[in-house]
Amino acid sequence: MNQASPIVEIRNLDYAVSNRPIFVGLDIEIQRGLITAVMGPSGTGKTTLLRLITGQVQADSGSIEVAGENLRALSRAKLYVLRRRMGMLFQNGALLTDLSVFENVAFPLREHTNLSERLIRQLVLTKLQAVGLRGAAEMMPAELSGGMSRRVALARAIVMDPELLIYDEPFVGLDPISLGVILRLIRRLNDTLGITSIVVSHDVKEISSVADQVFLLSGGKVVAHGTPSELKSYPSETVKQFVGGLADGPVPFHFPAPDYFGELLSRSGDL
Amino acid sequence: MNALRELWQSLTDSLEKLGAVIQFLLRLIANSPRALMRFDLISQQIFNCGALSLVIIMLSGVFVGMVLGLQGYDLLQRFGSEEALGEAAAIGLVKELGPVVTALLFAGRAGTALASELGLMRATDQISAMEMMAVDPIQRVVVPRFLGGVIAMPLLAAVFSVIGIFGAQLVGVQFKGVDAGSFWSQMRASVTLADVNMGIVKSLVFGVACSLIAVYQGYYATPTAEGVGRATTYTVVTSAVVILFLDYLITAAFL
Repeated sequence: MNQASPIVEIRNLDYAVSNRPIFVGLDIEIQRGLITAVMGPSGTGKTTLLRLITGQVQADSGSIEVAGENLRALSRAKLYVLRRRMGMLFQNGALLTDLSVFENVAFPLREHTNLSERLIRQLVLTKLQAVGLRGAAEMMPAELSGGMSRRVALARAIVMDPELLIYDEPFVGLDPISLGVILRLIRRLNDTLGITSIVVSHDVKEISSVADQVFLLSGGKVVAHGTPSELKSYPSETVKQFVGGLADGPVPFHFPAPDYFGELLSRSGDL
Repeated sequence: MNALRELWQSLTDSLEKLGAVIQFLLRLIANSPRALMRFDLISQQIFNCGALSLVIIMLSGVFVGMVLGLQGYDLLQRFGSEEALGEAAAIGLVKELGPVVTALLFAGRAGTALASELGLMRATDQISAMEMMAVDPIQRVVVPRFLGGVIAMPLLAAVFSVIGIFGAQLVGVQFKGVDAGSFWSQMRASVTLADVNMGIVKSLVFGVACSLIAVYQGYYATPTAEGVGRATTYTVVTSAVVILFLDYLITAAFL
């Protein structure tokens, strides 16, 4: 595969849930080797986009190509083969609660390879060392903090040496120290392992410090695309509102409702 | 007219659900041969569903047997045939009470555990994480639990019946003075292989039904606290009704 070709290529994608359109004619290209951030207000379908890229849900129309494979044309078996080349970090870590930290990281190796126990141990300890949690190998998921769970999940996501690493809201609910650790890991893993990272987030400040390119989604489309610094000076009210964290703007503060005074003065039974 | 339409709608909904459950069962059966290759995963589930249910099964078995001994003695002594207590208790337990009560207890103890475990796995993205790791959750998680339940059920029913017979013997022979020789010899003379087979068939069918309902409800639970709670409740209620319905069908087929 040509290094210059995009690893993810989305063309004219439409996707709706219960007749409510989430994406209309979406076009996105994600370049290899970069950290790409997908941002947007809550409810714009950022996580849905990840689910589409990973083939967990199917688009209504349009095409999604990941590492040269058209997801719509893939059988389940071929999709599973493709997924072995991807790693995904879920919002809450999604560790298997009945397995220890070590076994969680070893899980993909045990399922997909016939490696010796000694080699599995070495690989797992190497990955745990990379996320700073080799000392927690024997702990159970219930004993870990939120930040530690996410780091273990990250070790599990990279244990099969993926080409593409996907992060779903990796900063939610983290204290500043854990957040700094995750940010540093995203950058370090991307550069040292030579992979491509997609980070879905709405934390403008954090993601701007680590992303190479940003796609800002709103209303089912990409409303802005560029480097984090380009986005700060983007000539669009939607982008200004999102980047500046303004309470009112194209995304209104008030959810659509009947006239305020009319409703206050009406009898309660009329509601 | 509206009532008729609603009735028709609920009937078609129920049939649709039944079709989905049968389709799910076929998927489990299709995946079973590969799952059997990794028997360690299944034996772990036999332990979870079977060994961990043993205490409740044995306790219930002894009490059910004791009640059966007491009621049986009261009835039989009216006709002067209390020596037949062993036969009555054994046939009642092996053919009917053993499989049915075990299945009802299994649904409450192991079925709810299966449904809530799978529901929580879905709610905490563990199922999605497996799919993302290219591991089929049906193959890795659901089938071992299903097969574990199917294998555990007849074993538990056998334990229940044996303990129940000892319970009946305790009340009949020790407390009420029925002759021990008559109790055991009449039982041996009258309980046939066909009676035991009927019990085995029932507990196998109940094992499939209870485990299927539990894993289906858990796997397709709405991924919220309320959804997991609902899946657990439905597991017990649906299992109880299905067990009693199937019990009638199998009894009618055998007799």
